[in-house]
Amino acid sequence: MNERPVPPLPRAALWALLFLAAVFFALPLVWMLATSLKPETQAASQSLSLLPDPPSSALRHARDNYAAVWTDPSIPFPLYLRNTLVVAVLAVMGTTLSSAFVAYSLSRVPWRGRSLVFGTVLVSMMIPFPVLMVPLFVLFRRIDDTMLALGLPPEHDWLRFIGTLKPLWVPAWFGGAFNIFLLRQFFMSIPRELDEAARIDGCGHWTIFWRVIVPLSRPALAVVALFHFIYVWNDFLAPMIFLTHRDQFTLALGLQMYQSKAGLTPWNLLMAASTMVTAPVLLLFLLTQRSLVRSVAGAGLKE
Amino acid sequence: MARRDAQLGAGLLWASPWIAGFCLFLVAPIAVSAWYSLTDYPLLKPPVYVGLENYRALLNDDRFWLVVRNTALYGAAVIPLGTLLSLALAAALATPGLRGSRLFTALVYVPTLVPMMAGAMIWLWLFNARFGLINVALERVGVAGPNWLEHGAFAIPALVITALWSVGQMVVVYITAINEVPASLYEAARLDGMGAIRRFLHVTLPMISPAVLFSTVTLTIASFQVFVMPYVLFRNERGQRAAGDVYNLYLYDNAFVYQKFGAASAMAWMQLVVVLTLTGLMLLASKRLVHYRGGTP
Repeated sequence: MNERPVPPLPRAALWALLFLAAVFFALPLVWMLATSLKPETQAASQSLSLLPDPPSSALRHARDNYAAVWTDPSIPFPLYLRNTLVVAVLAVMGTTLSSAFVAYSLSRVPWRGRSLVFGTVLVSMMIPFPVLMVPLFVLFRRIDDTMLALGLPPEHDWLRFIGTLKPLWVPAWFGGAFNIFLLRQFFMSIPRELDEAARIDGCGHWTIFWRVIVPLSRPALAVVALFHFIYVWNDFLAPMIFLTHRDQFTLALGLQMYQSKAGLTPWNLLMAASTMVTAPVLLLFLLTQRSLVRSVAGAGLKE
Repeated sequence: MARRDAQLGAGLLWASPWIAGFCLFLVAPIAVSAWYSLTDYPLLKPPVYVGLENYRALLNDDRFWLVVRNTALYGAAVIPLGTLLSLALAAALATPGLRGSRLFTALVYVPTLVPMMAGAMIWLWLFNARFGLINVALERVGVAGPNWLEHGAFAIPALVITALWSVGQMVVVYITAINEVPASLYEAARLDGMGAIRRFLHVTLPMISPAVLFSTVTLTIASFQVFVMPYVLFRNERGQRAAGDVYNLYLYDNAFVYQKFGAASAMAWMQLVVVLTLTGLMLLASKRLVHYRGGTP
């Protein structure tokens, strides 16, 4: 397979293309980082330098900029980080567990109607969120109104949806179409003999799921959890619609508020804030790069 | 069959989270919004049936046609350009024995992981007319850069550039597909005297066509959904700039700014019909164009 000789003509063209691509894809992120290392006057200037002048001041400016963002009293980033993590942990737990249950049903339990249910999983992957956001908003409002009508006073916050973090993680406990699809494909590759043997030993579905399927599917489950974590961390539209109080905002919303407050945020601080929101995702990616890229590639091809 | 029926209860039970969620968070909202789209619904008052009035009003609405035009233009540029760019990158990165191809692939993929909002901030800064990197760099080579975000003619091109920045997922899918093409086919093509470009067009492309179809459908749906980037690049206290206005921003404004949930639902339904029709058409077309290994799929 690797014996194919490289065609002689396009070598130079190949490197030119790759060089341009590297600049196009990497430079925006490099420039974000570079801007966050400069003082305000040097960030908003015609300079093309990656480092401030003098370069040795980069660390000092970085410390000043990041500290200024982190401690800004009008946009409490530490609180937004906490909110984001709360949503992410609850949503990741919910979608991983429930998607695995559903995938088990669709791959291991033979029952009438299961291909129909699998069909609904495939179709629903095509439905865009903006189509659903209006009725979902109304649905959550209705639940809140019903609670009020039943005589539950509004301070029973744990039952309310709008203005709380719940709309962002409760639906995750009902399985995600893409996650179910991914896990089903993976479960199908586990040899049937394993659960047959367990069944002969008298195990039911519950035991087979936890003792056979889950231990063998750790990489796939980790990929689902990772994808969903990144999805929650990056999501903007749903938090913007469902969160009404500033102290419940997530990082993505906080970043937008930080930019739009009076439109006066200096570029070096805005890029420091953007770096802060981006860095955790990229670090997570670096740590898990191999399995992540492989699974993305596989998802488009199987079946 | 007896065994299948015996397992019906277990199957339903294990699938129940999805079945409940599918009904509650998908079927019910879609059905309910069909009803809302026929009503005048300011949220605080109950919906009042108005027939097709919302649809009629939208079709006579200048902003509706503006966002349809802008979104269509955006899609018409992003879908072919994005597909061509990712195919070219994948073909280059899949070159056997290319040093550093893993690193390059990672570089191309990383922007897809950047939170949309952070990505939007970066492009807001890069496109800045005075101090943005793009115009400063253009000035160094003697070109006066345009005012990307204020000048109407550059709004959609700017959005398209930001979209091309995040084609990494498609590139990865294509690289994997190209690597799975049997080497014997290239051998045969070479014996037939085909050059590199003809081999790509006549061997690689037909063999990876299922992946291309999958990615094109995904990209088409995604380009309808563009929201965060135009929201950040073209919105201020006075509202959305017309040149950078898109379909889902108007839908959002209808619902959550003007409190017209009826009109917003009508827009959601029109979008749903268009997305499903396009997807269906593409899958139909694929029966003729796409090559599945081992004969019929």
